[in-house]
Parts: sequence; C-alpha cells; structure tokens
Amino acid sequence: MSIVSRLIMFLTLLVSLLASIMPLPLSVDAFRPDWVLVVLLYWCLALPSRVNVISAWVMGFILDVLLGSTLGVHAGAMAISVYIVAGNFQKIRNFSVWQQALIIGVLSALYHLIVFWLQRFLTDAVFLPSYLYPVFTTIILWPWAFLLLRKIRRNFRIT
Amino acid sequence: MNPIFKHGPSPVHRLVLVLLCSAALIFFDHKMNSFEPARGFLQSLVSPLQYLATAPKQMMNWAADNMTTRRQLLADNQQYKINELVFHEQALQLDIVQRENNRLRALLASPLRGDAKKMVAEILSVDSDPYTHQVVINRGANDGVYEGQVVIDDEGIVGQILHVGTTSSRVLLITDITHGVPVRISRNGLRLIATGGGVIDRLTHNYVPHSSDIRTGDLLVTSGLGSKFPEGYPVAKVTGVIQDESRAFSQIQSQPVAKIDRLRYVLLLWPEQNNLQESNESKTLPAEKAKIK
Repeated sequence: MSIVSRLIMFLTLLVSLLASIMPLPLSVDAFRPDWVLVVLLYWCLALPSRVNVISAWVMGFILDVLLGSTLGVHAGAMAISVYIVAGNFQKIRNFSVWQQALIIGVLSALYHLIVFWLQRFLTDAVFLPSYLYPVFTTIILWPWAFLLLRKIRRNFRIT
Repeated sequence: MNPIFKHGPSPVHRLVLVLLCSAALIFFDHKMNSFEPARGFLQSLVSPLQYLATAPKQMMNWAADNMTTRRQLLADNQQYKINELVFHEQALQLDIVQRENNRLRALLASPLRGDAKKMVAEILSVDSDPYTHQVVINRGANDGVYEGQVVIDDEGIVGQILHVGTTSSRVLLITDITHGVPVRISRNGLRLIATGGGVIDRLTHNYVPHSSDIRTGDLLVTSGLGSKFPEGYPVAKVTGVIQDESRAFSQIQSQPVAKIDRLRYVLLLWPEQNNLQESNESKTLPAEKAKIK
C-alpha cells in the first residue's frame, strides 16, 4: 500500500470525523448520519486486511474525545459493528447496494443501541425514539457514500 | 495485493483486545476520573479538528455579516445607541446602590462583594451526541480558564467548564443529565436543586415537599450554596407544578432562561476578588469587545 493510498484513506476518515462534529441546527442535528461508521464500514468491506477492528476502535476513541463522552463508549460500539462486517465481508460484498444499505442500517441501529446501553449503565440516560433517527439517514446515505468511495478507491487504485 | 493468508491476530482476538481496552477506559474514566489530566491534553490535540469543522459555519456567519444592507446597519446602530443610553443609566444607578450596599455590609461586618472578572468566549461546536449536553468554546488554559468555572450568557447560567485544553475547552450545560445547580426561588428564597434531564429546554427539581410554595412562572436564581456558582444569577423559570398527593414529592419542572439551544457568545466568570480585580476587569472587557468585532 503506497503512501498516497494511505493518505487518501486517512483523508476520507478525517472528513467523516469533521462531518460528524460539524455544527448543525438543532432540528437537523437529530438526523445526522453516522459518517464515521459508514466510511469505516466501506473500507472494511473493500479492504478488510487494512481496516479492521483496531482501526475502528481508534476512530471511535477519537470520536469519544471529540464528543466529550466517557472514553471507550463509542470506541467499543464502533469496534463491535465493524467486527460483524469484518467477519462477513465476503457475503455482504455480493449483495446489491440497497441490500447492503439495509444491513448497514441494522449495524447502525446496533451501534446506537450499544452506545445507549452503555450510557444508560453509566448515567441513567432515558431512551428517546429520536436516538434512532440517524439509522434512517444512514440507510439513505450508504448508496451514495458507497459509490463515491468506490470511485475514489478505483481512481487512486487503493488496494 | 491482498495477502491470501492473513497475518496478525484473528478478528476475534482483536475484538476481545479492544473491548477489554474499552471496558478499562470506561471504568477508569467514569468511575475513577483518572483521565482528567489526559483529557485536557486530548482536548488540545483534537482542537484543530474542531476549528476546522466550524470553518464553514464561520464563513457563513462572515458572509451574513458582510451582506447586511446599509439601512440595516444604521437601524442596528440606532438601536444599540438607545440601548447603551438605557444601560448606562442603569449602571449609574447600580453603582450608587452597590456603594450603599457595600457601606451597609461594612456596618454589619459582612464580607464585601467585589466585581468578578469576565471574559467573552465564542461557541466553537455543539456536541451531536444526544446523551451529553456540552459545547466547546474558543478559550482554554492560555486564557486562564479552569475546570469548574462558571459560564453564563446574557440571560442566565449556561453551565460550567468540564475539560480545559490549551486553546479550547468544553462546557457542561445545565441541562446535561449529570449536572445540578443549587437554586432558590427569587420570590421567597425557597431552596431547590435544578437537575438537568437530558432535554435541552427542561430542568427538573426532585425532593420538593408538597407544602412548599412554588408557582408557575417563579424565577429561580443561583443560591450560591456549594460555592461553585456565584449567588443571584437567573437559572430557570418554573413551567410546571404537579402536586399529586399520591406521590411522595411534588413534581416541578422549569425552563432555563439562558438560550441554551441558540448560544453563540458566552461569558466566563472568575470568582470575585474584592475589588482587586476591578482595574483588571475593565482592561479585559473592552479588549474582548474589540475581538468580537
């Protein structure tokens, strides 16, 4: 893997981090898709030997610092979601984009539920249905993110 | 090229490893609070990302500021002049009252109250995490910000500083589920605690007896107990009082008076130091005003 490829991958992850902390109006904020999860899952599907559980954990850890949550919460949830894809990447690769989107939706729901369960355990947070709104936007985001990232990957021949 | 035989530990081993790391981090961060120094360091590390993420919004603001019409500016200017006149007159009044109060306090041998040092800060980012209510401001240890410092806006208490980085720091809002402010009702001095509920426009008050005198619309101000928040700043207005005799306590809800969902500039307060800071403060404020422009 060349330095340019590494740089491009790093840049896509950086942009996803920026997108997930960019200030938005309060009404739109509840629908913010899981940018980091989508980008990580794409790279995990495409290059499972490069991006896997440990890189997911590191991204989750950075997200924890950026969001000011208890360290390790997002990191753990991210690692579990990516682990599921890392174990089944050969099956998921063969699905059509919309089927993939549904699977990503399930993973995103799992991610949010793990974060919620941990928060519930730590701070007695109360469940609100709005915590799962990002799942829908993530499903809608996936096909576009998938096509864009695939174009980037083919364009720069990242393997 | 993808290797046919994977090197390194299997995914399961990796998962177990990182989950153990997560569990250890959660335990030490949440239960033991042993990451406080590291938090400040991490906060400084990621602050470039935060500055970068707010850049588009800053640009929009800048564009909006630059595209106002001349007429709008003139109207604003007029309004500010009128406001300044009114506030100046009030400040004069206040000055007289404060002198009188200090004299009376001196007569009663009570400690004098000085002016607090203040500093304006701008909101850098608001957390998208729905479980924590925090914002990041553009002041850090370089500006003398310290952990637990009180943050207010033009209407009332906003929260307190949670983690301090070198150039940015994190504010825990009063609506966060882990936050509580000691308050009293300004009408009759009844003491309560305002706890956040994780909803941006609501505070709850637990363990209030049925017999206590609370009405909808009462203003809650900080009581100064616990010596974290200075006394007398508005916190919330009571919006709902449910006195259901079948429950042990009455249920009180209130709404923060600070515009917590529309924050742009906030004010950091330093503890009052009996007029020693007065000259310092008068130096700070105009400088800060200049920075805002």
